[in-house]
Amino acid sequence: MVEEKKFHRQFNYAFIDERTKKEIRRKLLKAVCIPGYQVPYSSPEMPIARGWGTGGLHITLSLIGKEDTFKIIDQGSDASVNACNLRDFVKNTTDCDTTFETSKATLIQTRHRITEEELKAHQIMIFQVPQPEPLRGVERYEKKTREMHAEADYAKMWVSLYESFVRFGDIMRGAGYPVKVNGRYVMSPSPIPRWDIPNLSDAECLYLFGAGREKRLYAVPPHTTVEPLEFEDVKFKIEQFEGLKCEITGEQIAFLDELYGSDGKTTHVVNDSDFMDQIKEKERPIQWVNRYLTEKIEKTFNKN
Amino acid sequence: MDNKEWLLKVENLTKIYGEHSVNTLDKTGPLFNSNQCPETGAIVACANIDFTLHPGEVLGIVGESGSGKSTLVKLLYFDLMATAGSAYLKGYKNDNTNILEVSNQQKRFLRNHKMGMVYQNPRDGLNFRFSSGGNIAEKLLMAGNFHVGSIRERASYLLESTEVPVPRMDETPESFSGGMQQRVQISKAIANNPPLLFLDEVTTGLDVSVQAKLLDMIRRLQQDLNIAMIVVSHDLSVIRMLTDRTIVMKNGRIVEKGLTDQILQDPQHGYTQLLVSSLL
Amino acid sequence: MGYVAVKGGSEAIENAKKLVEFYRLREEVSPLEVAQIQSQFRLAIDKIMGEGSFYAPEYGALALKQVEGDILEAAFVMRAYRATLSRLYYSEPIDTKNMFVERRISSSFRDIPGGQILGPTRDYTQRMLQVNLATEDDEDMQKFLTEFKEDVKGAEKEEVQTFSKVVDLLREQGLLKGVGNNEDTKLMDVTRVAVKYPAPRSARLQMLARAETGGIMALGYSSMRGHGSVHPTVGELRVGLVDVHVTDNRKRKRYIGKVRVTEAEMISKAASKSAKKVPYYSIGYGLCFGQNETKGICMGILDRAMRIPGNNAPANDQEFVLYHTEGVESLGFTNHLKLPHYVTFQSGLSNLRKAVKRDKSSEEEKKEGAKTNGVLQQVNDDLI
Repeated sequence: MVEEKKFHRQFNYAFIDERTKKEIRRKLLKAVCIPGYQVPYSSPEMPIARGWGTGGLHITLSLIGKEDTFKIIDQGSDASVNACNLRDFVKNTTDCDTTFETSKATLIQTRHRITEEELKAHQIMIFQVPQPEPLRGVERYEKKTREMHAEADYAKMWVSLYESFVRFGDIMRGAGYPVKVNGRYVMSPSPIPRWDIPNLSDAECLYLFGAGREKRLYAVPPHTTVEPLEFEDVKFKIEQFEGLKCEITGEQIAFLDELYGSDGKTTHVVNDSDFMDQIKEKERPIQWVNRYLTEKIEKTFNKN
Repeated sequence: MDNKEWLLKVENLTKIYGEHSVNTLDKTGPLFNSNQCPETGAIVACANIDFTLHPGEVLGIVGESGSGKSTLVKLLYFDLMATAGSAYLKGYKNDNTNILEVSNQQKRFLRNHKMGMVYQNPRDGLNFRFSSGGNIAEKLLMAGNFHVGSIRERASYLLESTEVPVPRMDETPESFSGGMQQRVQISKAIANNPPLLFLDEVTTGLDVSVQAKLLDMIRRLQQDLNIAMIVVSHDLSVIRMLTDRTIVMKNGRIVEKGLTDQILQDPQHGYTQLLVSSLL
Repeated sequence: MGYVAVKGGSEAIENAKKLVEFYRLREEVSPLEVAQIQSQFRLAIDKIMGEGSFYAPEYGALALKQVEGDILEAAFVMRAYRATLSRLYYSEPIDTKNMFVERRISSSFRDIPGGQILGPTRDYTQRMLQVNLATEDDEDMQKFLTEFKEDVKGAEKEEVQTFSKVVDLLREQGLLKGVGNNEDTKLMDVTRVAVKYPAPRSARLQMLARAETGGIMALGYSSMRGHGSVHPTVGELRVGLVDVHVTDNRKRKRYIGKVRVTEAEMISKAASKSAKKVPYYSIGYGLCFGQNETKGICMGILDRAMRIPGNNAPANDQEFVLYHTEGVESLGFTNHLKLPHYVTFQSGLSNLRKAVKRDKSSEEEKKEGAKTNGVLQQVNDDLI
């Protein structure tokens, strides 16, 4: 017979036990010290499935304190189902404040987006990373990719970009565009759109990356150079939404989602749900300066 | 030997597979007609190899299969780890750093800037998942050329000078003939104008007419670029056509060395005599 | 509404949670008792404990109930629970020579010292659907148990004994060589550190013991069938109870309980590296929680296969084997494809549109179809 008390159990604050949290924080420190370097860590099992944000959660839970305000987005949206589930989990195990408002958050966990609103020095953005290894596409063995990073041997990566240009006339990397951090490590920025890549470089805030399933942590500290891999004559380009605007707010400078109505018509809306709410309800928050925007959009915006 | 004018110095280069005893080297070699140690079963691929290569010189290494000639160049190109010995490259770290013992990163630098290798099997030297141009681009990128236009220009030039149709630059070598694959390999190997090139049985397995054309091209390239070469072949006619000096190897050891003409006209070692007589 | 409603995500998941609970109970059959599951789904619980890497039968039974019988999902629940417990001790190495043997067979010899003990197994039963079980009740159960106990009472009972190992016979004759992993004496605990490759054998065995049974069966089978070269013999397969001890802070050995394990010692011939040397036998070792013989055997095959140098076969390639047989991780990541990916998709889409535009404008290119296919492939590759 199962005894009643056997199944009675209280969980630790922020779920993970303190020793493991300490280990994760130590590894995060190492990650900050060596920008872009993937630090192996214990990656304890979570009651959330692998591949659903466990790496991000490890970081969040090892850092969060009672005074923190937590925000979490998935594909730019605070209300996305997985974001809701993870928010509930963090809230239930820490009783911290949560918010949808980017400016009010101290810890922002994200899957596949950086907020449109510029982040400040007191904020930490935590990425959920499915595949931390930028070289996995060109080299399948972990043993080898580790050596390649150690020796800064990025030949295969570069050739794959060259090949992409030769075959398709451009570098056909969509989300998760490979970047070089601090002039040394090639890093996967997690599958954020190219639109967000410029925001990684020389930011005020700290960026932390957690890949739970692959058991790796890495970081981009504030004011660190992050450059997308590009050739002298074939440049990195962001997604352009020329001539398009948000159906709801009229906004032009933001990453837009493409929606298909039942009438077959295509419309666009701002992807970042809080950014949209701020524009609608208050005033337009201060955005990152995106130096890859083409002039055309800039001018139309100024006219408005 | 002229000590001022050298490019590559090799001393006591040795590669042994398996456990060896103190007697292994004494009980193997041409005298025993074997490279397997009778005590431990270790295989002596090559041992006590000494030679000096001069800038722009073409050195031939001839011998039957298993004589250790391919091992020799693979050791110098860092494909294999030497058991013992050293090699020095003129102009690299005061000329007195054993390149066999430098870090992997340094070895890669040397492979990208100072040496080129053409393997018998094109698959060893080319990545068949990349286009021919991409294969050449790899070398150029690693030497710091990040301009696609100039990479393509240089790749076109190299393919043209090795007589590969430039319009096929963006195809993978998979669909190329054997001779053309070797030309692409050569283009890649010389992409960064290295002073030293290794050619390991590059014409083996090709049609005779294709062989002749390829050898012609290599000779012309050598003269145009004044690049030093180590040509490994079991075929004395290849050695005769390309090389200035020759090393004859048997059972992992050098049995004879000298000017190619001299060796062909007046072979001293019994094994060399056998080789030469079979050529005539 | 879609699953990324602008607002209302929390409400949607709350409703989904209620609905799945409703599906579990809607037929209004009496709820299963944990004790019933634990005793009558013994082998399922053994799998859950192995893959969940947590020896706690009652918890395994509860997990199985909670997830409506999905064994891997139950293992996931166990792992998550296990992660909240502090690792206070590492047990002393278990000596399986002292196992209380319930089942013990060797296929290498016709008879072995101590004898073959078939024990509880369905190996030699006909797998016909037992229709009488459909109406099994307490009375049937009691009837069987009474008869069974009567039978046993009559049989002669020998004193309980432990058995020496079959592989020791070979080892004593110098036919079986050790694995030679003397450097790997301190256990690498894969639940505490991220494994780097090549992984030491202690990590490999731990990962295999936690791996998904079906996954290691597929790879173990592949090695036997021809994608590899390990076709071993069962040196000894035993199932039984072993004592577990820990050393406390005062260096005293403490008995903490018994666990049931399956141990497989697979024997295969190892070609000697040097031509001069005689060949010898080498062991492939498998040990897992509960009675899970498929896992024990396949673990033994893979332990052996992964020690073969070179990655010529999937089963010889430790990165391939260990990454992809990790059930809970595979489960999570394959299912994460259900999460929205529209931002990622949009990013690839913008590339694709531009490429198609470029393609159309260059009229001399006739291979339009082929090119677009290539681009589509690239876009798919981006959608990680």
